[in-house]
Amino acid sequence: MDLHVTHAWYLVLGALLFTLGAVGVVVRRNPLVMLMCVELMLNAVNLTFVTFSRMLGDVGGQTIVFFVLVVAAAEVVVGLGITVALLRRLPGATADDVSYLRG
Amino acid sequence: MVELVTFAIAGLVVLGGAVGVITSRNPVHAALSLVATLFGIAVLFIAQEAHLLAAVQVIVYTGAIVVLILFVIMLLGIDRMEDVMSEPLRGQRALAALLGVGLLGCSGLLVWLADGDADRFVTGARAATAALDQDEANIAQVGRSLFTDYVFAFELTAALLTIAVIGAVVLAKRPTDLAPLPERPVDPAAAADDEEVAG
Amino acid sequence: MEELIWLIPALPLAGALLLVVAGRRLGEPVAGLVATGATLGSFALALGMFANLVSLDEHERILTQRLFTWVPAGSFSVDMGFLLDPLAMTMVLFVTGVGALIHIYSIGYMHGDPRFHQFFLYLNLFVASMLLLVLGDNMLLTFLGWEGVGACSYLLISFWFEEEANASAGKKAFVTNRIGDWGFMVAMFFTFTTFGTLQYAEVLTGASSLAETTATAIALLLFVGAVGKSAQIPLFIWLPDAMAGPTPVSALIHAATMVTAGVFLMVRTSPILVEAADWVPTTIATVGALTALVAATIAVAQNDIKKVLAYSTVSQLGYMFLAVGTGAYVAAIFHMVTHAFFKALLFLGSGSVIHGMGDEQDMRRMGGLRRFMPVTAVTFIIGWLAIAGVPPLAGFWSKDEILLGAWEESPVLWAMGLLTALLTAFYMSRQVFLTFFGEPRWSLEGDGDAAVDPAAGMPGDELPEPKPAGFHPHESPWSMTMPLVVLAFLAVVAGGLNLPFSKDLHFLESWLEPSLFGNGHHSTAEGSEKVALAVVAIAAGLAGIAGAAVLYLKRRGRPATVEAAVLRRGWYIDSSVTWFMGGPGRAAFDAVAWFDRTVIDGAVNGVGAAVRLVGTGVRPMQSGYVRTYALTLGLGALAVLVLVLSRVAI
Repeated sequence: MDLHVTHAWYLVLGALLFTLGAVGVVVRRNPLVMLMCVELMLNAVNLTFVTFSRMLGDVGGQTIVFFVLVVAAAEVVVGLGITVALLRRLPGATADDVSYLRG
Repeated sequence: MVELVTFAIAGLVVLGGAVGVITSRNPVHAALSLVATLFGIAVLFIAQEAHLLAAVQVIVYTGAIVVLILFVIMLLGIDRMEDVMSEPLRGQRALAALLGVGLLGCSGLLVWLADGDADRFVTGARAATAALDQDEANIAQVGRSLFTDYVFAFELTAALLTIAVIGAVVLAKRPTDLAPLPERPVDPAAAADDEEVAG
Repeated sequence: MEELIWLIPALPLAGALLLVVAGRRLGEPVAGLVATGATLGSFALALGMFANLVSLDEHERILTQRLFTWVPAGSFSVDMGFLLDPLAMTMVLFVTGVGALIHIYSIGYMHGDPRFHQFFLYLNLFVASMLLLVLGDNMLLTFLGWEGVGACSYLLISFWFEEEANASAGKKAFVTNRIGDWGFMVAMFFTFTTFGTLQYAEVLTGASSLAETTATAIALLLFVGAVGKSAQIPLFIWLPDAMAGPTPVSALIHAATMVTAGVFLMVRTSPILVEAADWVPTTIATVGALTALVAATIAVAQNDIKKVLAYSTVSQLGYMFLAVGTGAYVAAIFHMVTHAFFKALLFLGSGSVIHGMGDEQDMRRMGGLRRFMPVTAVTFIIGWLAIAGVPPLAGFWSKDEILLGAWEESPVLWAMGLLTALLTAFYMSRQVFLTFFGEPRWSLEGDGDAAVDPAAGMPGDELPEPKPAGFHPHESPWSMTMPLVVLAFLAVVAGGLNLPFSKDLHFLESWLEPSLFGNGHHSTAEGSEKVALAVVAIAAGLAGIAGAAVLYLKRRGRPATVEAAVLRRGWYIDSSVTWFMGGPGRAAFDAVAWFDRTVIDGAVNGVGAAVRLVGTGVRPMQSGYVRTYALTLGLGALAVLVLVLSRVAI
């Protein structure tokens, strides 16, 4: 079988991963698991960027991934800080319990 | 041939890990599945000759971020089982399914239409950045790009990290004066769910 | 001298403001003196202006002053400016002059009234408004004064508002005037659309370029305004009711000044009237003649001393409009001036009678007052002779001019005018004979035959209670009789303003020439024709006096034959208007109010209700659940993706 791994394959994989991450964010209630699903989405995006970088022969794609990595790290830090602050006051809370801004 | 095998294995690992994250009832299991996904992604980076990124991915993501998440899981003791079967919000699951199908469909369509031709995806002008050179080391290229073309953004991310650290410290501080919590809007389904999680 | 024009309306206005602030503290009689002083000041200034105008060359007799821009609204700009030409000068002179006399009279008449200062405040405000009306150099300023006098007339007519009837009379006057004001306003809109400005200087000089339909519309609408203000058919119904106000009010507003504003307006805008279709002046003349005749017939059967004079005023105003309609503008102004003198005299005299009779107003309870109130009687008789058209008093000359103009227009109009003259003489003589001659009737009992109680033979509403046995009417104080004397003098000599004997004696005509822009009817009658007409008019007057003498002096014949009930009830015009407004009118108003409440308010409130409904429906979206928000975000991103795809890929 002369199957060639084209760039499209990577892109499809990235799309799949992104979809899984998006659905996970929406469906799960545990705040930390939601955060992990966000990480899934970010990784999908990173994969896509790197693929494009190779497709277009441009190193900018990889540079962007670098920045995404940094920002993801900062985001996780802050997200965990919020979770800690929240769960200290409301032990055992899920995302649904923080609905004080209900209209 | 090699690339095909690599892709197949790494792809399976990635997807398996992702499914594990979104379906695990135990958050610790979810974290471990995430590690698997991240490793798979790193392998795929190497397959695409983004060596620096693969290394950074393993070190930063797997080595720091997931560890941090695990720390917090253990610290707060929220490693209890979550009831993934019930869904208190009406229509959430259905719409989530719609979202999933939609996203997949659109991206798939896009890829299929483009037929592997990169130029069909690109709608804007090309950036005037350095081209990828097959001969030079990847780390050198990325490094040069970072410190010449994108040096301003680089500095900004440094500032961002500093701010994030300060923010985390402030958020996690044990507060001295605690105002009482406002009356929680009572949702019967959520109340039932609370009991489930607490019990 | 021009820089002082603004002082003429400003002085009474300042007087009014001073009385607003300090009137109660000033009290009687200082408040009255302040008000009188302000009006006299205006009069003195007016005399000065008059001297100035006279010294100027005939064709340059216009003084203008522009104070400031009152309404700067883009292309539409109205100034607070004054135009003092001969016509305005005439008006200013007699408004301030007669006004000052009435102020002096009021000091005596309103003596002891708890709201003395308030009366003079309103009087000054009224004079200020009237002067603004007359001096304004553009239609909007005239309208401002127009509305001002309307408002002040409301305040003054219902001065004794503690009585329900007085308050209603004030409201009636105001509302009826408002109907006329609508006409004035629409005329102003037309004028602005046609000329782009409301300044008289431009509108009147540019009137010759008006299309006939436009001029007709403007002239007719201005006439509607005049009909309301000057109490012509069908909007005269407010004037007789307005007698509920104190007598000086009736004298000032309803004899000398406010009601003449309509005539002034028509003469001021005569260039537009000339450009209108021919049937417009004819309509004006016919309405005037008809009003004169109908009002005269009603006056014949009135028993209230003031109501007779009220209907007489309506009738005389009809004469003025008859003159305007036949193009005899000078005659209209002439009659306006003479009428101001003798009607004010008659009203003030009647006030003196009422005062002396202890507030009795029914003539059937008077009689023989000339022995008790000599000064009042003599001046009243002079006024009577003047209005009856007995030469050489003023009324004869001015009425004759009008009848001459009517004759040259149409014999029918002349006949109506002549008949009115006869009736005028009749009812005025009736009034004089009943009041000042014959035997005193104030103490007689009601029953009994006519020979014993002459009052019983006269039809009418219930006879007022008789006065106690020792009652004696007394002459009024000098503050009230002095103005009577002055006015009587003026009523005698005012005819000299425009004697018909030769061109040189036409002082008023040559004086008013510049204001009329060459319009104005010039008589083409032969000298002999004029003499014949004058003789006929004198004969009619004498016949009227004789008829009244027979019925009321000699007591022969039954007054009831002449004083028909339909006349006393004013041809039931007023009652039919009341019935209409109360019945079908009320139903229409209720329908309009319902529409306003349900449809218009409903629409506005409905918008609010709809917004609230939408808000309540949309609010559940803010569930507070983060996951719902995330889902919405995702679905939105999906939608955008689909949109982009549809554009780019396909």
